[in-house]
Amino acid sequence: MTYTGRFRVWRGDAEGGALHDYEVEVNEGEVVLDVLHRLQATQTPDLAVRWNCKAGKCGSCSAEIDGRPRLLCMTRMSAFAPDDVVTVTPMRTFPVLRDLVTDVSFNYAKAREVPSFSPPADLAPGEYRMQQVDVERSQEFRKCIECFLCQDVCHVVRDHEENKEAFSGPRFLIRIAELEMHPLDVADRVDAAQDEHGLGRCNITKCCTEVCPEGIKITDNALIPMKERVAGRRYDPLVWLGRTISRRR
Amino acid sequence: MTATAGGVDAPGRAEVGARTLRTDRWWLAPAATAVGLLAFVVYGGVRTFQQQYFFADERYLTPFYSPCVSLGCASEPGAAHFGMFLPDHPLIPYAALSLPFLLGFRLTCYYYRKAYYRSFWLSPPACAVPEPHAQYSGETRFPLILQNVHRYFFYVAVLVSLVNTYDALVAFRHPTDGFVVGVGNLVLLVNVALLWLYTVSCHSCRHVMGGRLTHFSKHPVRYRLWTWISVLNTRHMLFAWVTLGTLVLTDLYVALVAAGTITDFRILGAGGM
Amino acid sequence: MTETERHDYDVLVIGAGGAGLRAAIAARERGMRTAVVCKSLFGKAHTVMAEGGCAAAMGNVNSNDSWQVHYRDTMRGGKFLNSWRMAELHAQEAPDRVWELETYGALFDRTDDGRIHQRNFGGHTYPRLAHVGDRTGLELIRSLQQRIVALQQEDHAATGDYESHLRVFAECTVTELLTDDDAIAGAFGYRRESGRFIEIAAPAVVLATGGIGKSFQVTSNSWEYTGDGHALALRAGANLVDMEFVQFHPTGMVWPPSVKGILVTEGVRGDGGVLKNSEGERFMFRYVPEVFTGQYAQSEEEADRWYEDQESNRRTPDLLPRDEVARAINTEVKEGRGSPHGGVYLDIASRMESEEIKRRLPSMYHQFKELADVDITAEAMEVGPTCHYVMGGIEVDPDTGRSSVPGLFAAGECASGMHGSNRLGGNSLSDLLVFGRRAGLGAADHVEALDRRPAVDEQAVGMAAARALEPFDAPPGTTAENPYTLHTDLQQTMNDLVGIIRTDAEMISALERLDELRDRVRDVVVEGHRQYNPGWHLALDLRNMLLVGEAVATSALLRTESRGGHTRDDYPDLDPAWRRRVLVTHLRDDADGGTRGPVVPRLVVEPAERAAMRDDLLALFELAELEKYYTADELATHPERSGERGTA
Repeated sequence: MTYTGRFRVWRGDAEGGALHDYEVEVNEGEVVLDVLHRLQATQTPDLAVRWNCKAGKCGSCSAEIDGRPRLLCMTRMSAFAPDDVVTVTPMRTFPVLRDLVTDVSFNYAKAREVPSFSPPADLAPGEYRMQQVDVERSQEFRKCIECFLCQDVCHVVRDHEENKEAFSGPRFLIRIAELEMHPLDVADRVDAAQDEHGLGRCNITKCCTEVCPEGIKITDNALIPMKERVAGRRYDPLVWLGRTISRRR
Repeated sequence: MTATAGGVDAPGRAEVGARTLRTDRWWLAPAATAVGLLAFVVYGGVRTFQQQYFFADERYLTPFYSPCVSLGCASEPGAAHFGMFLPDHPLIPYAALSLPFLLGFRLTCYYYRKAYYRSFWLSPPACAVPEPHAQYSGETRFPLILQNVHRYFFYVAVLVSLVNTYDALVAFRHPTDGFVVGVGNLVLLVNVALLWLYTVSCHSCRHVMGGRLTHFSKHPVRYRLWTWISVLNTRHMLFAWVTLGTLVLTDLYVALVAAGTITDFRILGAGGM
Repeated sequence: MTETERHDYDVLVIGAGGAGLRAAIAARERGMRTAVVCKSLFGKAHTVMAEGGCAAAMGNVNSNDSWQVHYRDTMRGGKFLNSWRMAELHAQEAPDRVWELETYGALFDRTDDGRIHQRNFGGHTYPRLAHVGDRTGLELIRSLQQRIVALQQEDHAATGDYESHLRVFAECTVTELLTDDDAIAGAFGYRRESGRFIEIAAPAVVLATGGIGKSFQVTSNSWEYTGDGHALALRAGANLVDMEFVQFHPTGMVWPPSVKGILVTEGVRGDGGVLKNSEGERFMFRYVPEVFTGQYAQSEEEADRWYEDQESNRRTPDLLPRDEVARAINTEVKEGRGSPHGGVYLDIASRMESEEIKRRLPSMYHQFKELADVDITAEAMEVGPTCHYVMGGIEVDPDTGRSSVPGLFAAGECASGMHGSNRLGGNSLSDLLVFGRRAGLGAADHVEALDRRPAVDEQAVGMAAARALEPFDAPPGTTAENPYTLHTDLQQTMNDLVGIIRTDAEMISALERLDELRDRVRDVVVEGHRQYNPGWHLALDLRNMLLVGEAVATSALLRTESRGGHTRDDYPDLDPAWRRRVLVTHLRDDADGGTRGPVVPRLVVEPAERAAMRDDLLALFELAELEKYYTADELATHPERSGERGTA
């Protein structure tokens, strides 16, 4: 089934821009990225779109479709009626570079602030022994393709530019959770999660989980468990009492 | 709504104009949540301070009055299973020992937090819809930093669930008719079963039972518990709403029977079929 | 005219996939100030697409495995055309490289005793692929990416600057290598986000740019795979070899059209999935080639038993090397036993519990569900061959990754030799790690041994800039060509005429069409300005694709036999005389000299002889097997042969 689809695509740069209307051919089985590629090939050769694998594996083509953060390559046209107008904009939490491409360097800066995996000193390569049940939780978080849609949708930074400094965002809070649950990691990031990465700013409204194209249960399996670990460390009166007494001694 | 210049229209971000481009009915979920929660609060508030129709002759005690520890419980002999010692005052609920903790348990519950942050505080009302506040510090400051005590409310909630279980079981033994099963018994039983599901599917419970461990393989029993709770935990939101419903229905059933508006149907035991 | 950003490093790595990142780590650990240039964002390189696993003879699942067995499998898979030294180093070092990843934080799936689990794969005698479900490539690139971040954190602790010794230039494309008196002096390119030019001076450059799949219409490769490293090396004066060997992965998606070519991991077959034709027949039993007779199961019953007991049964022919399976599917479809959309069926639904499929192959389940609306736990997948990997590439020294140009190194898919005429599944990720590291070390050695750093020739920089900007100016008196149209035409040509089955006539016609495209590429005009302009990027990439396409077609025309990833309809058999002959591609001498030549310079392909395998390695094979591949006189020194003589 082939029809002429109606699209509104945001075009512009940091100086300004607007939604432009286009009519493009849409074929059976296509995704939004296919249509944007056809737009490039036939009408707008310089339309900037970041993409790479086109199979939902690299997390490059993040944008917003009808106001919702999505991967362009994983949004099938069959989700829309032929007379729907499909609106495509860049992610709205990061500075725009051009058209649908944003500057995501915020995320790479945050990545560098998370203390890396700290292997046990007494194990040589090849001596690592871990049980499957112990690696599975961290493996879920390592499915992350770094599309940064969770960072984009999170209202903590989406609606408050000023929070960007104090808040690392869901992606890097799950990175902390991943390392905390890693069976052989020897470092401790519980305090840092709260103090340096802004875990307390998360109000678990779950938009990160809703948009994750990998289906990672970010809130239930990483953020809340990390909040619980912080609670155990910081806000548990019994633990606090025990600490205070032992410090007195 | 006030504009948040630091949000989607912050300098450098794409100048889209519209604050959200969502075309679906994103406001429906928060609106429905707000209505549901408000309805419960109103119903619960009225019933908590009504101080009558909480105990039926069939030995049914509504969970809103359990444990009934006020001196006022004397008006319904048999309702108080754990003694009566709180002063009888219109502003002191008969179950003042449990209700604040149950309220606290639900208020600090990770699901309800999401629900009311979205539907009442609009922070955010829906994903990719801007929130109306100029400042946001999340749960880093008083009073919201107190959300971290959820775990302690959970512990108390377990105790209260035990009391509710006792209430439901003891109702099977009628003082004159012996072992009986009435519709009300089933209502209480179903309610308490669902309350348990809501309580143990709690995120804090999941953490305490095993989530805090790094090496599941060294704690097979706790790992097993954790996997079970994890399965229930994925339905925590469902249990949160279902139990609001069953609490209201259970209470309403007890109240209507206690008021004589309806008659409890006895399925088994003397007087039954 | 245009402002150019300038940097100076000891080692410059071009490409940030597995090989590039591993090379950068090695160079930085040797104290080199290292830069990594990636065409897309950091951590998005094509390595993330690798699914099945990373082959390494750790023997965790079957303790009979050893580097010798892995070596033999690799040589057999490549039909004995491989650089035996690379295959040897690869088989020996792969386990160390995998274990090293664990120290970077990688979390592979585990065996019951806590070691790294290994899965079966086509052409591997024993379960050998370390894996994480079916997203092993992601794990590999993330682990390397995080190791780079860890090194940057060390530098930050020491110098206060994360990028003092190791810097990643994301979304940056190199268009030209800079040389000084034939030695590498650096590289020139542009940044996508601004369109501004960048010059990075470095006495050692490691090319790790991956493959060439984007020259073909049906491919599992991403847009980055335009043969940049191949073309850069050629223009800098290095040689390419084995360019006729292009691997078509047997199982790519065939429906819907927009996802045609996207990979379906071999892990589906490794874990029990089987290929069937439209008649429901498991047709692979009919396609076991003579050289593999006796090594594969001959009945469905035996094949099924093999999944449970590998000691006393032979493996299913569904797991023959990729070239064999791809050809078999091609034949089935051609003879009318294909699926509705021109593929065959890959069935795992009827062979495994639904939950088990989702656990073992989560991203395949996801991929079919999301992209094709097919539930692979309930119905069979439709699959067909897709261009996947190029065995050919830059000619390198096995031990150091050094090319014939001083200071130029290469590793990974853009290098050649390791896989011979056909790569085994799982050998790519281990190749990246083993030779990425070796190239990084080779580059470090080279820099340490220098007595003079080559200087960047500013005139060459100016010319490179001018050449990059050509597409913005329409040449007078010509019709402006659209880069997207040209790309489609190129892909069509390569797919139809230099694809999985080749003939003399088709390749001659392909070369003619490539010649026409060469003229049209000169007339490409792009609209808009330089900032993030995909039309411009494609116009520049087209030059590389065209050069590489020509290398593939010219080499394929010359090789008059069928072997591995090169199948000739007119020469259907393996010819032992061709086994030791490799085809070397280099720029034509009269091509006005590499970097100063026309938009797409001319090249020539000439045969050369590959060094004979060392005797102790040759002795790892039984004479009877070698006789299928070698000419009689090549085997005179084999122990069995010399033994015969001794007793005779």
